[in-house]
Amino acid sequence: MTDTARQQLISRPFDPFDFMARYGTLIALALLILFNFAFTRNFATMQTLNVNLTQVCTIVIVAVGMTLVIATGGIDLSVGSLMAISGALAPMIFLGKIVPIDNVALAVAAAMIIAVGVAGLFGLFNGWLIARFRIQPIVATLVLFIAGRGIAQVLTNGNLQTFRVPQFQWIGLGRLFGIPVQVVLMVLLVIAAAWMLKRTVFGRQIIAVGGNERAAELSGIAVSRVKLVVYAISGLCAGIAGLVVIAINSSSDANLVGMGMELDAIAAVAVGGTLLSGGKATIIGTLLGAMTIQLVRYTLLANGVPDAAALVVKAGIIVLAVWIQQQGRRA
Amino acid sequence: MTRPRLISLLGSYGVVLALLLLILFGWARYDYFLGLFNITSVLRYNSMFALVALGMCFVIMTGGIDLSVGSTAALGSVVAALASPQGAWIGLGAGVGAGLCVGLINAILVTRLKIMPFVATLAMMLAASGTALLLADNQSVSVSYESGFTSIGQDNFIGFPIPAWIAIMAYVVGWVVLNFTSTGRGVLAVGGNEDATRLMGLPADRIKFLVYLASGGLAGLAGVILASQFGAGQPIEGVGWELFAIAAVVVGGTLLTGGVGSVGATLAGVLLLGILFNVLNFENGKGWISLSAYWQSVIRGLFLLVVVILQAKLSSRGSVAVRDY
Repeated sequence: MTDTARQQLISRPFDPFDFMARYGTLIALALLILFNFAFTRNFATMQTLNVNLTQVCTIVIVAVGMTLVIATGGIDLSVGSLMAISGALAPMIFLGKIVPIDNVALAVAAAMIIAVGVAGLFGLFNGWLIARFRIQPIVATLVLFIAGRGIAQVLTNGNLQTFRVPQFQWIGLGRLFGIPVQVVLMVLLVIAAAWMLKRTVFGRQIIAVGGNERAAELSGIAVSRVKLVVYAISGLCAGIAGLVVIAINSSSDANLVGMGMELDAIAAVAVGGTLLSGGKATIIGTLLGAMTIQLVRYTLLANGVPDAAALVVKAGIIVLAVWIQQQGRRA
Repeated sequence: MTRPRLISLLGSYGVVLALLLLILFGWARYDYFLGLFNITSVLRYNSMFALVALGMCFVIMTGGIDLSVGSTAALGSVVAALASPQGAWIGLGAGVGAGLCVGLINAILVTRLKIMPFVATLAMMLAASGTALLLADNQSVSVSYESGFTSIGQDNFIGFPIPAWIAIMAYVVGWVVLNFTSTGRGVLAVGGNEDATRLMGLPADRIKFLVYLASGGLAGLAGVILASQFGAGQPIEGVGWELFAIAAVVVGGTLLTGGVGSVGATLAGVLLLGILFNVLNFENGKGWISLSAYWQSVIRGLFLLVVVILQAKLSSRGSVAVRDY
């Protein structure tokens, strides 16, 4: 860095766009919470907190994987379909439709591991298409977006699977120290991913690949391997989210599980401040982004605005967030 | 003929060849495959997708993407159904107008506010869907049968479904615009290299503005046909249409990176994906196999997979050097 450049950095005047790009999501979230304290009845209750947290959980879990994928400059459209596959597979296993397993604990464990593992393998398949054949991520993951839900529907023949298996539903309905299990799961995933992105070599490699793939390759980073792994992680996250959703519902409907999830996750990532072109990512931002979107929706619904109007507002927020970020970057 | 030339020819005409082979297969195997009823029903249904895919094709050729087409079509169908008691033409105009409005906002977001097409049209997808639900009060809106609005989607003209005529006209216009107008050449130039296009003095922003506007208008038109064909405006229809359209465009050989594309091949892509489903239905009818409707999306996905892998192989080996290193 030259002296003049350094000087410019130090004496740069306050730029409102840059400030908003950095802290806008946090400020928006804080304002929303204040607004709700003031105007929404029964906002400051544990129940409200629980409702919002449990609703945002699955989005955040998927969005963590999505953040990593987007950080490499990619995108994963298949997450909703992978949720459907994992959600379809797990009950088939623990209900003994494939192989009867006598021990419930064993059956549930097998169901969870296999369902999430299969979703991870499909994610790996996405990564393979992208790394091996250099297919654009949006097209490569479009394949499983289309076929994935079909696979889930074929597996279940489109039927609703209902179940009452407390051992399994623990991940959606249980509590650890009074906190819902899926919230704990979400927090652990967020911390692990944030740590990985900031503190590990692999995390820095993800950012490098997204920033400048060619330069990353020349500096000796195994670009293909990085891509394979992030898509596999995204698949695993989707698999976990699928289990949480069906556990909450006590049923699994391959036609509905994870429907539209790819868009919710991408929106959370974008609002959270991760660059959609890759090279800069923040997991905490994604968490804040998802919570902001969720809280906006809750605020509108709690104050009598119909859900359809909330969609329009959500659209406005996404555009505004991305626009502010771009202004900040340009300055 | 040299090998690279053969490969690039296969890349250009592969989809048409595949379409012909599929039709030949269907004709040889099923009795009524090329019957009038089957042909008209396939065309009637797929003309909506054809219109949406045409707009998508132009957007993708500029290097962009339009994710809002599905919910724009839903919005168009609701608005058209609401306006249909005033007359068929007014219903048609209202539906297309609603689509143009969405297209206009997309165009402004992309060209003025410089928001990535992916994000801008994703947001508009939500906004259009929300607006459609609000206007329709969360249920389907029945169209007026007295005004003749339903003949747009259900009647024939010279023995051919009207929606198919509309789609054919749109494709002819699209083909002429792409190949014989400066705007059309500009579309490919912008997608090929936007900076170079600007430096050459071409109005890159105006070209992009027009493609998003056109894509919105075509999606609105598809919505009008949807409402007219099924007798109701459907606020929750159109889910996944954008991805079907992208798939059809990709199968047609248009590169998602922009700069290369063909209107005719896109139409072939739409027909290929549509007829694939049709063949599946006939195969079920023969009773040899019994595949549920759910297999449809699995097979479409597999098909897309084969096409993109082939394309990737062709473009890395053949004369089309997509990557510059």
